[in-house]
Amino acid sequence: MTGSKGAPLLQVRDLRVAFRRRGEPETVAVDGVSFDVAAGQVVGLVGESGCGKSVTSMAIMRLLPQRGVHITGSVKLDGEELLTLSDARMRERRGRDLSMVFQDPLSSLNPVIPIGLQITEVLRRHRGMDKEKAREAAVELLDRVGIPDPRRRITAYPHQLSGGMRQRVMIAIALACAPRLLIADEPTTALDVTIQAQILELLKEMVAETGAALIMITHDLGVVAGLCETVNVLYAGRIVERAQRHRLFGTPRHPYTHGLLRSIPRLDAPAGEALEAIPGSVVDNVPWTHACAFAPRCHRSVERCLEVTPAGETTGGRLLRCHNPVPASAE
Amino acid sequence: MNGADSADGRAAGGAHEEGIARERGPEHVHDHSVDRGVDRGVDRGVDRTSGSSGEPPAEPLLDVRDVAVHFPIRRGLVLDRTIGHVFAVDGVSLRIGRGETYGLVGESGCGKSTLGRAILRLEKPTAGQVFFDGRDIAPLKGEELRTMRRRFQMVFQDPMSSLDPRQSVQSLLTEGMKAHGLTRGAAADGKRLRELVDAVGLPAAALRRYPHEFSGGQRQRIGIARALCVEPDLIVADEPVSALDVSVQAQVLNLLERLQAELGLTYLVIAHDLAVVRHVSDRVGVMYLGGLVEEAPSQALYDEPLHPYTRALLSAIPVPDPELEDRRERILLTGDLPSPAAPPPGCRFHTRCPWRQPERCDTERPQLRVVEGTVPGHRVACHYAEEIRSGALRPHRVEPAVAEDVLGPGAVPDQPGSVTEILGR
Ligand SMILES: Nc1ncnc2c1ncn2[C@@H]1O[C@H](COP(=O)(O)OP(=O)(O)OP(=O)(O)O)[C@@H](O)[C@H]1O
Ligand SMILES: Nc1ncnc2c1ncn2[C@@H]1O[C@H](COP(=O)(O)OP(=O)(O)OP(=O)(O)O)[C@@H](O)[C@H]1O
Ligand code: SF4
Ligand code: SF4
Ligand SMILES: [Mg+2]
Ligand SMILES: [Mg+2]
Repeated sequence: MTGSKGAPLLQVRDLRVAFRRRGEPETVAVDGVSFDVAAGQVVGLVGESGCGKSVTSMAIMRLLPQRGVHITGSVKLDGEELLTLSDARMRERRGRDLSMVFQDPLSSLNPVIPIGLQITEVLRRHRGMDKEKAREAAVELLDRVGIPDPRRRITAYPHQLSGGMRQRVMIAIALACAPRLLIADEPTTALDVTIQAQILELLKEMVAETGAALIMITHDLGVVAGLCETVNVLYAGRIVERAQRHRLFGTPRHPYTHGLLRSIPRLDAPAGEALEAIPGSVVDNVPWTHACAFAPRCHRSVERCLEVTPAGETTGGRLLRCHNPVPASAE
Repeated sequence: MNGADSADGRAAGGAHEEGIARERGPEHVHDHSVDRGVDRGVDRGVDRTSGSSGEPPAEPLLDVRDVAVHFPIRRGLVLDRTIGHVFAVDGVSLRIGRGETYGLVGESGCGKSTLGRAILRLEKPTAGQVFFDGRDIAPLKGEELRTMRRRFQMVFQDPMSSLDPRQSVQSLLTEGMKAHGLTRGAAADGKRLRELVDAVGLPAAALRRYPHEFSGGQRQRIGIARALCVEPDLIVADEPVSALDVSVQAQVLNLLERLQAELGLTYLVIAHDLAVVRHVSDRVGVMYLGGLVEEAPSQALYDEPLHPYTRALLSAIPVPDPELEDRRERILLTGDLPSPAAPPPGCRFHTRCPWRQPERCDTERPQLRVVEGTVPGHRVACHYAEEIRSGALRPHRVEPAVAEDVLGPGAVPDQPGSVTEILGR
């Protein structure tokens, strides 16, 4: 997919993150995840709660605690391995080349520092601007992300802003240093849908304008459908399907993706259309070690599914991890 | 420590804490007898195209008349002064017929839950009346109130917080039955309990278990069984699926539909997710800042939304279909939702409305009314609905306004009032 453009901006290979607590078996939150992000590309990471979306992003950002966490695999940004980078160098890259927008801006903004100062400090530190210049740039940024009356509002504290405005501030901070890659982890989950639409539009515009690549993390298939070129579907810590968005949504082939799309109520569905529920829940999963984790919930499962771990296979630009995928009717 | 550290250092800390806090609760049961029960959830939902004429019923089971709930905002250490009110619900009328599902949608803080609570008498209305089966419920006391209470039950958004973790499912259900004098001896009760858990798609073994031993979807089933155990007529379901995983929501929605078909229940389903509400409801009411701005048969609302807010809301909802997403035109609203403590005068939507006209929109509050040529039962509260519908009025740019912080810090209600607060999202 990204081959023709040379080496991708971000290359994640076989990323595995396990949490170990004394006296307990380890929990593998991310289990061999590989994907690429090309410069300027928008990539989606979707999956339900606990499937490892945030842990993946935190591992890339190197924001996971060092104790009790075991990370293996490789994360390369511009060919530089991030997992083994010194803390100081990583901090530098995090400020300048990589940044992140979280679900809950209130917990990631400093509550006792005015928002303007939170932006100017980033600008001064990573872009070496002086105080005056940083201030002007902060006003400009706030204006750009749609904060009304930015000159007055730079003295506001985070709690004085609505959730949507706070998320705009977070985006301004994340983009202050013109990063090459932005990771947005459920940036609109806490927001109302009309505000979500504003923020998604803003993100779209901002990445187009700055040329930054974007990894969009969400549980909402609707959000990725309109935004991401390539979509990765995660289940229980592994990517089970990946394809270009039109193909993924048009002809979903993994039973989980396929089932999910049939189980969610759609606004544009014909009246009276029934929902086909996926049985069970993630607590029914079996370990990937000798099986397909989804097998107990899967309507297409065959004997092999509980005996052999399905490998991820890529054909024609689509990655599938399944012994018995939904037939490719339209392909 | 300088500000820069706080800006990105804090970001790191905050996120990391979130990672830990979002851990899945205590160990879940992995028991295939439970799974089997869940399998019943696969049954396809009920077809909802038939029935319901679209008009509000002439003899409703629930008749809400001009209900308002205003919460005082108090400030002051010694003297507890009231410095204003949150106009959480401000004049809502609606009727729900027997066996009907009425869906209430709107954004966070628009008053959906408060209205639901006022209907169930969990909140005292500041004004207005609620008639249940033809009787005003406000004057009811003692035995009469208890009898009435049995007939309407609530299903909550967060099944865990509404179930006592130390009570087994059996004791949770029996408690409800006892409270309303519905127990009829061990044998009969045992049979009834098994029927109940079976009805919600859980195995009889679930009765001996405790809430934490179940997954979210299973807990929501228990919440539904608890509401059902007293044989209610009306169930108010406040965000019944918003705390659940996407892959589990359909199970609960299908269950609610099946139970309605089997037991003739009447539902008021409150949710911020319009796709969910459209799917389950016969009629839908759209709330904005404490008032209903539009009401219509479910399909009509989606086919032809008349109110500018409904139009914006519908256009804002992402659809999992890239083709459609690429074609769609969005009506992007600018600015924040105004504070319910200081609702704008006139039409409450005028601060964000792309069709707003001078004078009338700013001064006169529009009432729900019928627009000629639309389907029966479709009503809208907008002065210019005809002109907007015909295209005679075109949308214009709106300067974003920020909701002024009327409440200020410290005036946050002590009980979590909204989905976002409860979910901690
Ligand atoms: N610090 C931690 N210690 C132990 N386990 C953790 C930790 N952080 C995450 N986990 C576990 O790792 C798994 C993946 O979590 P993650 O936060 O990545 O999920 P997610 O896909 O982001 O879900 P959500 O949609 O709820 O945010 C979960 O099972 C979670 O409980
Ligand atoms: N007990 C209370 N005291 C004061 N204000 C309250 C109280 N309960 C709710 N409110 C306020 O009333 C308004 C309406 O709240 P309500 O919970 O009904 O909204 P909602 O539509 O259910 O929102 P959500 O979708 O977030 O659940 C909000 O501004 C809320 O903060
Ligand atoms: S591998 Fe088997 S169980 Fe897993 S998704 Fe494919 S068919 Fe279903
Ligand atoms: S009454 Fe005026 S402001 Fe209100 S929705 Fe209609 S056009 Fe917009
Ligand atoms: Mg997450
Ligand atoms: Mg609510």
